[in-house]
Amino acid sequence: MNKFLLPLGIFIALVGLLAVGLNLNPREVPSPLVGKPAPNFSVPQLDAPDKNFSPKEMLGKVWLFNVWASWCISCREEHPVLVEYAKAGKLPPTVGLDYKDKRDDGQRWIARLGDPYLLSAFDADGRVGIDYGVYGVPETYLIDKAGIIRFKQIGPITPDVMDKKILPLVQELNK
Amino acid sequence: MRMLPAVLLALILAGSVQAKEAAPLAEDPVVEQRMVNIAEELRCLVCQNESLASSHADLAQDLRREVRGLIKEGKSDQEVKDFLVSRYGDFVLYRPQVKPTTYLLWGGPFLLLIIGIAVLIRYLRRRDRQFVETPLTDEERKRAEALLKADGS
Repeated sequence: MNKFLLPLGIFIALVGLLAVGLNLNPREVPSPLVGKPAPNFSVPQLDAPDKNFSPKEMLGKVWLFNVWASWCISCREEHPVLVEYAKAGKLPPTVGLDYKDKRDDGQRWIARLGDPYLLSAFDADGRVGIDYGVYGVPETYLIDKAGIIRFKQIGPITPDVMDKKILPLVQELNK
Repeated sequence: MRMLPAVLLALILAGSVQAKEAAPLAEDPVVEQRMVNIAEELRCLVCQNESLASSHADLAQDLRREVRGLIKEGKSDQEVKDFLVSRYGDFVLYRPQVKPTTYLLWGGPFLLLIIGIAVLIRYLRRRDRQFVETPLTDEERKRAEALLKADGS
């Protein structure tokens, strides 16, 4: 009896280990920036090339920093969700970052699909993206009143992520 | 036949795109060599089984440009790696640092080796004990002697 128990035990442990491994998403690389101050930058706005945006302007607010691009396919999935929450008045203050895009394309995207943002910053060469560790759009950062990154969503925001993760955290940080 | 101009145009454009990609290589061979040495040690986040040096992903090209820039600013190899790790995490390092969260990763194979040796020693000892020497009976001894004599003559 004992003879079979040990191999069986090892087998079950191995199956457990592999099951956990298979259910992890290798594309979700934990960001070292969570818990650290949001990197500062100053880039032109999408709609107003002569005006700059810097995250310093958002100090004192709990806000979302949403990286998107007109060429990004998953953003098409995410954008309607943001628009819907914005229409319902439930979206926290959100600034967009149009990442490695053409200005015309970005403006057209906003005009056609709706604008849930306070404004969108325009990161033509992707430098801001590198400072924020962006490696696959869309990515979204939740930044607190003191300018600390509290949460990073890699991939599109779904209503589920918004209701269960982002909004409760925003509420907590706004207390 | 109506497709022909479009195909030709595509070919011409494809040629020009390749030519553009090759351009930065010639800029400064020393910087380039250092950039490649560093980038080979780093993982591309878009295609995770490729190094930053060999990846054709858009982000990899941007990051190589960034690394070139840092080298030109006079940053050391370690400073360049730290720059990327502070943004993308330890995941970008193909050779992870030794620290509490990676002890198991580095020590795991040796741990398995020790367990394997322990199991092997236990198994060999137990097998040894199974061969208990039983002395020969007188009859067996005579037969053995007879056999040895017959063989020897």
